[in-house]
Amino acid sequence: MREQAMATVVDVFERDEEVALIMADISLDFLRPAVEHDPRRAINVGIMEQSAIGIAAGFALEGFHPIVHTLAPFLTERPLEQLKLDFGYQGLGGLFISAGAAYDYGQSGGTHHSPGGVQALSSIPGIEILLPGSPGETDLLVRATYANGRPTYLRTSVVENAAPVELAPGGLTVVQRGRDLTVIAAGPFLSRTLAAVDGLDATVLYATTLAPLDAATLAREAAQAAEIVLVEPLYEGTTAAQVSAALAHRPTRLLSIGVPRRFIKHYGTTEQHDRDLGLDLHGIRERILGFL
Amino acid sequence: METAPATRELLDLIARSSGDEKHDASSFSTLDVIHVLYEVLRVDPRNPEWEERDRFLLSKGHGPLAYYAVLARNGFFPAEELERFMTWEGILGAHPDRLQVPGVEVSTGSLGHGLPLAVGVAYALRARDLLEQRVFVLTGDAELNEGSNWEAILHAGSAKLANLTLIVVDNRSSNVAMGDIAGRLRAFGWDAVTVDGRDHEQLRAAYEHRADAPTAVVARV
Repeated sequence: MREQAMATVVDVFERDEEVALIMADISLDFLRPAVEHDPRRAINVGIMEQSAIGIAAGFALEGFHPIVHTLAPFLTERPLEQLKLDFGYQGLGGLFISAGAAYDYGQSGGTHHSPGGVQALSSIPGIEILLPGSPGETDLLVRATYANGRPTYLRTSVVENAAPVELAPGGLTVVQRGRDLTVIAAGPFLSRTLAAVDGLDATVLYATTLAPLDAATLAREAAQAAEIVLVEPLYEGTTAAQVSAALAHRPTRLLSIGVPRRFIKHYGTTEQHDRDLGLDLHGIRERILGFL
Repeated sequence: METAPATRELLDLIARSSGDEKHDASSFSTLDVIHVLYEVLRVDPRNPEWEERDRFLLSKGHGPLAYYAVLARNGFFPAEELERFMTWEGILGAHPDRLQVPGVEVSTGSLGHGLPLAVGVAYALRARDLLEQRVFVLTGDAELNEGSNWEAILHAGSAKLANLTLIVVDNRSSNVAMGDIAGRLRAFGWDAVTVDGRDHEQLRAAYEHRADAPTAVVARV
């Protein structure tokens, strides 16, 4: 996903003279073609994430479509006030693309984890938050949003779904329809969620846009049964308030499955962390069966 | 030498403003600095978004009455607006909002944001081949406590952004000893000078000075 995002960024940069690219010493090899194409609007600021966002906003003030890239914790949490004020409050648009989602850097410790990044960004009014689950979806979403005039966060991950999905407009796609349960699976957690509900008569909705959540589709497509399960590769409950609001007109029981709210102290592969956090398909299935 | 009537006119405008902030020292520390700047800036009050204008970003959004008075005096909005300063009916808040106030380039208030933004604007003007246009950004001396400024100072000096000018209004309000601010900026690759922030001739000469590096004017008031 990361490689695809960088390739797509280079492509839109070369095609559209209104794109500015701001780097913070990350993925420079991938992005070098953009610098060679036009160094006046492809700037590696160095290791200074607050200024990376501010400088990008300066480009936006002058009408450019800035794209900023670095690792997730240093893009979403460290410069949160810059994202809030330099983009949100100023009414400016920019695309912020991260690598290293949640505990992707499973051997690096908590400094490089960011399961709370999306929740932090969700406090910015008007922000759009995208969690593609495949390289193809990443390409589509970068092209669709880089000039949308809003602050937009796109989270790439080393975790990908087994197969890409043809995305519905609005960012909530019906994958299957069922009667006993509604499951909302976010981004790269779709494949394991589908496996976890195998044999259950469940509606499965695939969320690639978490903010704003496509409330109309959720309200229309949710099964009659009250049981709603949200599965997201973020801190548990990150999107729960939006789900509840979309279904406020009807009785629901909501189970939020996500990353437990504790610092991760082990070092290992993402698969090891998945098991430990209860986020592999068996852990997810157990939680759902217990809920039902 | 600047004539006293202009300054008196600005003080009269500030005196028209609603609320008590017109009595605060922060409302006056930037008065001469911004007034002289608008004599140097190429701007068009009838077309605040004129592409070929110079840009001025007030990073130190606190105490903006002097800024508002200069904008009103230059015709960006009617002086009567000052009578609604910080009121429900007005557009002039305690910190400027670029989406409400004609002539305001950037919404500020939280310290340490304007300088990185100005670096981005300086880059953007260069990318658009607007090579004669300049970007001015004003901070306070205490505002330079914020680390984001030093990121941007390091970067702009390294990148030799010669279309960028930082104005530091130094009223010794920092509780952290700032030492020789101009000297520190020079150490980061800037062309920096210290002037009397009430002396219009010194201010004008410092603003008009160009170099092959970003320039800084430390205005002591």
